[in-house]
Amino acid sequence: MCLGIPMKVIKIDGDEGIVVSGGLRKKANFSLMKSARPGDYVLLHAGFVIEKIKTKEAEKTLKALNNL
Amino acid sequence: MKYVDEYRDSKLIARQAREIREAVDPGHTYSFMEVCGTHTMNIFRFGIRELLPANIRLISGPGCPVCVTPNEFIDKAIALAGIKNIIIATFGDMLKVPGSYSSLEKERGAGASVKIVYSSIDALDLAKRNPEKDVVFLGIGFETTAPTVAQSILMAKRAGVKNYSVLCGHKTMPEALSVLTEAPKLDIDGFLLPGHVSAIIGVKPYRFLAARGKRCVVAGFEPLDIMQAISMLIKQKRPGIEIQYTRIIKRGGNVLARKSIKKVFEEKDSIWRGIGKIRKSGLVIKSKFAEFDAEKKFRVQIPGARDHAGCICGDVIKGVKTPLECKLFRKTCAPEHPVGACMVSSEGTCSAYYKYG
Repeated sequence: MCLGIPMKVIKIDGDEGIVVSGGLRKKANFSLMKSARPGDYVLLHAGFVIEKIKTKEAEKTLKALNNL
Repeated sequence: MKYVDEYRDSKLIARQAREIREAVDPGHTYSFMEVCGTHTMNIFRFGIRELLPANIRLISGPGCPVCVTPNEFIDKAIALAGIKNIIIATFGDMLKVPGSYSSLEKERGAGASVKIVYSSIDALDLAKRNPEKDVVFLGIGFETTAPTVAQSILMAKRAGVKNYSVLCGHKTMPEALSVLTEAPKLDIDGFLLPGHVSAIIGVKPYRFLAARGKRCVVAGFEPLDIMQAISMLIKQKRPGIEIQYTRIIKRGGNVLARKSIKKVFEEKDSIWRGIGKIRKSGLVIKSKFAEFDAEKKFRVQIPGARDHAGCICGDVIKGVKTPLECKLFRKTCAPEHPVGACMVSSEGTCSAYYKYG
């Protein structure tokens, strides 16, 4: 139930916006993550953006895994 | 899907598995609890147990909101569903959960109005579209979901929506982990901490776990996340709290979300299926927002809740038994005709064992 889906922000208008991933396009509420901007990758949970994805950290994790 | 597929790379998973095999002390048995139901489901779905050495034991924890919601809550929801003009709006997983005497699905079949929604906002929209009805949203879930429900109440208040309310069953995770670490039957070396609860609360509320000698790693949900977190748990020298899921987790969590929780809810003792009453582990709606509190608005009376004979869901939630030790498992209890909540929820331990075990 605590499922979060990584999605890309397309548009933000006030607290409302549109996020996409693969073929999925969804309305999202940004009232819990006001610093998100179009182009950011975010985590969507139950219609709300709850966090931004830190792309540099994501790369670091993958790099560490690749170096095993 | 970006930030999903790359963490499911089978070559990297095989390499991580080898690294874990090389890192373990063969003379030691490691017991780690994966707290979150989404972890449990993905551990089974991606066959992670099979990739680990035999001396690493993974124990499923209490992080499935549907599973830990007691019968009394379902009974109340069913009683509300029986009131004329009420529409129950709920996450889909709640539909089949058997309460003491019935389920929402059965009640819907008998004519009650029960709608599945994806978000509290959908429930609020349902209320706006149906001004002659009263929409009651079933607010269950941990710190990840609680702020989204708090926001819906704040939005309803701002918009002057009078026909929206929440039956509040939210719970908070650190208090439950505290009780589990005190349980004598359960010997856990460390915890895979829940990624998305931690996205909200940060890492500070878990400090007591390290102080009690438990290793902790906040883990993401993809197979590589889980494997890497297990590797970090094995290698942790001194009990502490590390973060594997660095692309999401900030040590301080999501401040806005916590403010929202604090504005709308207050802590209260709460009953967890299988564990019983845990001090200050529940969230209830503050009296300031009483008009959105379905319990206060409708004051339904329910007969005493009762448990299902033979169901060991409670012990499964605590991690002291596995579904395979249940006499009902795969016999009278299956996803099509569940007896206990752990078989209903898509992230319940019994459901995971049934599908993939």
